[in-house]
Amino acid sequence: MQNSTRQFRLIAMAAASLWLAGCAQQLKTLYQWGSYQPEVYEYFKGESKEAQVAKLEEDLQKIRSTNGNPPPGYHAQLGMLYGSLGKDDQMVQEFRTEKGLFPESATYMDFLLRNVKTGVASK
Amino acid sequence: MSARYLTLAASLLAATLLGGCVAPKTVDYSAFKESKPRSILVLPPVNESPDVKATYSLLSQVTFPLAEAGYYVLPVALVDETFKQNGLTSANEIQETSPAKLREIFGADAAMYVKVTQYGTSYMVISSQTIVAATAKLVDLRSGTTLWTGTASASSDEGGNNSGGGLVGMLITAAVKQIINSSTDAGHPIAGIASQRLLSAGKPAGLLYGPRSPRYGTD
Repeated sequence: MQNSTRQFRLIAMAAASLWLAGCAQQLKTLYQWGSYQPEVYEYFKGESKEAQVAKLEEDLQKIRSTNGNPPPGYHAQLGMLYGSLGKDDQMVQEFRTEKGLFPESATYMDFLLRNVKTGVASK
Repeated sequence: MSARYLTLAASLLAATLLGGCVAPKTVDYSAFKESKPRSILVLPPVNESPDVKATYSLLSQVTFPLAEAGYYVLPVALVDETFKQNGLTSANEIQETSPAKLREIFGADAAMYVKVTQYGTSYMVISSQTIVAATAKLVDLRSGTTLWTGTASASSDEGGNNSGGGLVGMLITAAVKQIINSSTDAGHPIAGIASQRLLSAGKPAGLLYGPRSPRYGTD
């Protein structure tokens, strides 16, 4: 009886490790997210934009220090925040970075950059 | 003596292997596969729940599952700001914008139309439960074709076991949970789970992987 219990335990462990191996790829993400989504929620709730910039810049340093990739929209979000704080040069730079990292954003980033002087991205 | 255990173990093994990551597909993906969208514009969700927080609670959490599925996701807050600058402030109005116009401004291949059907906490004597439920529709902005539809929900009661203590214990649990559920935005973390269930790739009847995923084209 003890013997079969041990057998069962062994097989159960093998099954568990197989299950983990089968899903191991899911544990690794394509991007390093930092607090992108929580800070987007802070923006929607109307919280301090200075604090959002500080947090996003801090996380970006951490992402870069591990050679990670920020997710789609990260630099665009930063750009919008800089724009609404009157820092247009940094806004333009962030929009261009977004476009460089993700060419899929080109149409929209170009649209925003064309409108810089009319203040489309400022709240 | 151990035959029964072996049979049990073998079937456990088989079930584990099958249940692990295989997604049985019963949905017609032909339009989706033909369209090959690279980028997704998520429009602010229409809210059918009584809680005004629902739209932006969910919108702030849609990027993760879609980007990790391999799509470029347009920056949700900036997109919302662009609509506001153009006089569109309600999700209903925004979702009525023509696909051609959306394509022209945002350059996205597809748009995700989300509707929150439930968001919030229902208060009952024995237990209060926070539920978020939503539906989604992916539309090709070049052709106007619907590529995929999905629905998902999440609840604060999942995995929560009635850990003994009889009726008194249950009443105390309910009271504590009500305080937790109402004092903060209890729906927000639940919305995050619902969003992942709704918009992740590689699930039964779920979205297909996008071009930025190493699994692109494997489903």
